Amino acid sequence: MLPLLYAVWTAFHPAEFATRLELAAPLTLDNFRRAWLAAPFARYFFNTTLLVAMILAAQLLLATLAAYAFARYHFRGRNLAFALVLVQLMVMPDILLVENYKTMATVGLIDSLPAIGLPYFASAFAIFLLRQTFMSIPKELDDAARVEGASALQTLWRVYVPLAKPVYTAFALVSVSFHWNNFLWPLIVTNSVNARPLTVGLQIFSSVDQGIDWSIITAATLLSSAPLLIAFLLFQRQFVQSFMRAGIK
Amino acid sequence: MLLPALVLLLAFTHWPIVSTLVDSFFSTPKGARASVWVGLDNYAVMVADPVFWKAMRNNLWFAGVTIPLSISLALVMALWVNERMLGRAFLRMAYFTPTVLPMIAVANIWLFFYTPQYGLLEQISAALGLPSHNWLGSPSTALGAVTLVAVWKEAGFFMIFYLAALQSQNPSLREAAAIEGASRWTFFWRVQWPLLMPTTVFVLVNAFINGFRMVDHLFVLTRGGPDNASTLLLFYLYEVGFSFWDTAYAAAITVVLVSILVGMALLQFFVLDRKVHYQ
Repeated sequence: MLPLLYAVWTAFHPAEFATRLELAAPLTLDNFRRAWLAAPFARYFFNTTLLVAMILAAQLLLATLAAYAFARYHFRGRNLAFALVLVQLMVMPDILLVENYKTMATVGLIDSLPAIGLPYFASAFAIFLLRQTFMSIPKELDDAARVEGASALQTLWRVYVPLAKPVYTAFALVSVSFHWNNFLWPLIVTNSVNARPLTVGLQIFSSVDQGIDWSIITAATLLSSAPLLIAFLLFQRQFVQSFMRAGIK
Repeated sequence: MLLPALVLLLAFTHWPIVSTLVDSFFSTPKGARASVWVGLDNYAVMVADPVFWKAMRNNLWFAGVTIPLSISLALVMALWVNERMLGRAFLRMAYFTPTVLPMIAVANIWLFFYTPQYGLLEQISAALGLPSHNWLGSPSTALGAVTLVAVWKEAGFFMIFYLAALQSQNPSLREAAAIEGASRWTFFWRVQWPLLMPTTVFVLVNAFINGFRMVDHLFVLTRGGPDNASTLLLFYLYEVGFSFWDTAYAAAITVVLVSILVGMALLQFFVLDRKVHYQ
């Protein structure tokens, strides 16, 4: 907490007070204005938001379908397929960065938002969580829906998805904060402002262009973490509760 | 239904693992020279590479300190904020914040702390009349400094899981313990802790993966320096692969990293899981 308070102090005061803690120091928003102008933050914000939304949508859709298949269908090789999914829990795409970079180069996606997102679209964690939840839903509900003439997809959408809502919320929170903050993989596959997310933009900004103007750097740091921080403060209670209900414990 | 997810998993997890293994037996293609079969040469280079061993030792130290320290800290914080007390909401918030901040942003702030001459640590030690010290610039403290940042970041994250688990424990357990006259320590040790075991396993697995995955702050704080004093395996892998473009050697390092993670997964699966009492 202390580091954050210190950052807030520095960001809201003129540069000459960055290293001197005096209560009488004048407040200013100038650092934020200068930080905002010093790097294309608007573009970075747009990229990150789009990226996070894209990844979350793909993850939820793909994981829902896969989890349903694992929970309710018996097919040959099911256990093997599930084991293959679990491998990704341990070996995340960012460990395999050299190969994944080659793949992206082969399909010509380097320096684009899809290149950052694609390796994460199929989330083993989401599939695992949803499968557990779906399996705990009574089979009778499924049968009843089928008797009413609902197709598999309709049953999934009308019965399973609504009942798993807390799990979806919990996963969404984890996923959003993970990808908002993700750094190494985006750093590797992007090389221009057009595709760079906030984290990469922030790093390049604070290391190369600026020397050490702490007021601006802390202002930029706060700018890029503010949306998540605010969202988190607003939803703190729901955050903990959805974790409890989702049974991630 | 399964197909889209499985295709993506194959493309970005399984295929890369296999082709990394294959690549690690070939040389890096340079200009016109295509890559050729070199057998275990890349591994021989690795065995003889002092920087690799440095990164390995650093990483084991990093994981060895981060994992137990962040988990125990998380547990203590969770037990604490689970009690009814004044300012509980504020405290919880204070613990959570490191979790939602990007590691890169966090590192920027810590860099400010560690900076020689006018960083916060310097100012404090100057006020106490202690000699000045370059925390990130000297080989003896650089690794410790980046480890501290990791613990600070991880503990808040793990606390969320402990807090969620504690809140879902039945309150009547506490009442029963109170009637039996059990001390707080006995209650924790005999009732709460066993019930938290599944959480601990979950957190432990996460802590382990992160112990070998967390490198973001190195980019801001030390870039592995000075003299590789704070390099970790994944950061070294990044340097070999993307600064030196030695993809074959990078593949060999990846194979080692993946083996560590998979080995740990198997250990967890076969050993730890049996010792856990699920509710």
